[in-house]
Amino acid sequence: MLPTTARRRARGAGTGAAPRRAGSAGRHLHAGRLTYGILLLFTAGSLFPLIWTAIAASRNNQRLAETPPPFWFGGNLFSNMATAWQDANMGKALLNTTFVAGSIALSTVVFATLAGYAFAKLRFRAKNALLMTVIGTMMVPPQLSVVPLFMAIAELEWTNQLQAVILPMMVNAFGVFFMRQYLVHALPTELIEAARVDGAHSLRVVWHVVFPVARPAMAVLGMLTFVLAWNEFFWPIIALTQDNPTVQVALTGLGRGYIPDESVIMAGALLGTLPLLLAFTVFGKQIVGGVMQGAVKG
Amino acid sequence: MREAGCPVPADGGRERSPERRGRRRHRWDARFSPYAFVAPFFVFFAAFGLFPLLYTGWASLHKVSLHDPTRMEWVGLHNFSRLLEDDFFWNALRNTLTIGVLSTVPQLLMALGLAHLLHYRLRGSTFFRVAMLTPYATSVAAATLVFTMLFGRDYGMINWGLGLLGIEHIDWENGTWTSQLAVSSIVVWRWTGYNALIYLAAMQAVPDDLYESAALDGANRRQQFLHVTIPALRPTILFTVVVSTIGATQLFGEPLLFGGSQTGGGSHQYQTLGLYLYEQGWFDFQLGRASAIAWTMFLLLVVIGLVNWLIARRLNSTGK
Repeated sequence: MLPTTARRRARGAGTGAAPRRAGSAGRHLHAGRLTYGILLLFTAGSLFPLIWTAIAASRNNQRLAETPPPFWFGGNLFSNMATAWQDANMGKALLNTTFVAGSIALSTVVFATLAGYAFAKLRFRAKNALLMTVIGTMMVPPQLSVVPLFMAIAELEWTNQLQAVILPMMVNAFGVFFMRQYLVHALPTELIEAARVDGAHSLRVVWHVVFPVARPAMAVLGMLTFVLAWNEFFWPIIALTQDNPTVQVALTGLGRGYIPDESVIMAGALLGTLPLLLAFTVFGKQIVGGVMQGAVKG
Repeated sequence: MREAGCPVPADGGRERSPERRGRRRHRWDARFSPYAFVAPFFVFFAAFGLFPLLYTGWASLHKVSLHDPTRMEWVGLHNFSRLLEDDFFWNALRNTLTIGVLSTVPQLLMALGLAHLLHYRLRGSTFFRVAMLTPYATSVAAATLVFTMLFGRDYGMINWGLGLLGIEHIDWENGTWTSQLAVSSIVVWRWTGYNALIYLAAMQAVPDDLYESAALDGANRRQQFLHVTIPALRPTILFTVVVSTIGATQLFGEPLLFGGSQTGGGSHQYQTLGLYLYEQGWFDFQLGRASAIAWTMFLLLVVIGLVNWLIARRLNSTGK
């Protein structure tokens, strides 16, 4: 522990560590070897199942039924992916899910920003009661809506159609709360008042003042919603079939013995996860920031 | 505050009238636009949340077949009384509770420890945070498919590793405890990092002078963690407990795909309430019974919510 403390002093003096933290006593110590060791262990645990998915997807069924299990990549990745793409309908599933998750993310962000702005900055009757209602709706589990929704789509003949999985998810209470928390601090009330004095009506204020200020939070909320919508499971497997699946529906088909080849199953799982993993490598920092930001006030 | 007519000039000559009309529109706009902004949320929630909630309650009092869902036959509380006599219901309830505890407790404890470590000054802290959040980006389906292979009886990597330690192969899927442990491990894997980041955010919000004064009082690092960090995190911990409990009550995808069947194993050993609902509704074609299960789950959540609230109130009153 001692050497690291010394190093901290040296580095802190050399680089001029972040001023906000420089004065803090004892809390933000440099991590020791043990800390790094444990963190690396958990990182490995977090990444290993994903890496092994790729390894298994690059092998064949025979190799996966041998001991010891494979620890390195084989040569069948692309042929397995091609099989999953066609036989398990993963191609269509990816296209469908991109459209579904994109629509849901877009509508959630727009509606959450409007409502979040109203709750953060505007005065109206029953505001607090309405905000509490929004938060209360988070308690309602999705199981409580599947039976009526199923009856409704049967009546409308929407079974197997994408709007059946988009419409029920177009708004989300977490989003409203998230945008409210952001705008309370980020949007100066004087800015709104100045725009109003200039004669701007409320939609203009939203478009020219609120949206520009909210943009970083909107981006983060969009990404978080996209991830959740991409991974939505319960309702899509009831509303859709293998003919017109989302990724999760197609993976469910794989898991329920639709295709017996394990390496193809893993290739499907990899295909269905890859887009989000790519997004994580590019926007990981922002997504982490969003999760932490949304958490501060629970 | 916005009584009609006060700021409008009284004269209102003809050449001023467009301005006046504009001003009235302005006031009208300021008054009603907030409602317009929050309306989409409430309209959608009413249509896809509240109405289904109530209608599920109505359907739970009827016999409804999946094949002809518009024909409802009144049966009163029969679906509920039948539920209470069904061993599989009690089995699913028990499994939901044990899997819930097995997944929630280790998950939150590990997350707390990890957050503590991530709170140190770290090289590559972004890397650690992103890496620990990647399981969150992995869908339930993809994660369960991989874990099913890892927990395989004959060729699974976990049994192979245990074999190296001289432990006999375990039939994870067919045992009650082993299968529940395996299903829980998927939940733990997916959510530990996410919760760690939530705790980390809360830790960063703890003012430094609290630690300074604790250090002045002679508290060592461990005591600081126990007596400063944990109390400051209490609301956050409560929040994560509530969220994880809600998630555990609804557990569905993991047990469905772990064995690939809605029964949750050959002897229903890891069938959860969510899975039981799905089986009753979509494999036994009894939507009325499925609705009764859904409402039972909802009542369960309300009870859990109340208990949580009571505990929180007690903690707050003893804490201050």
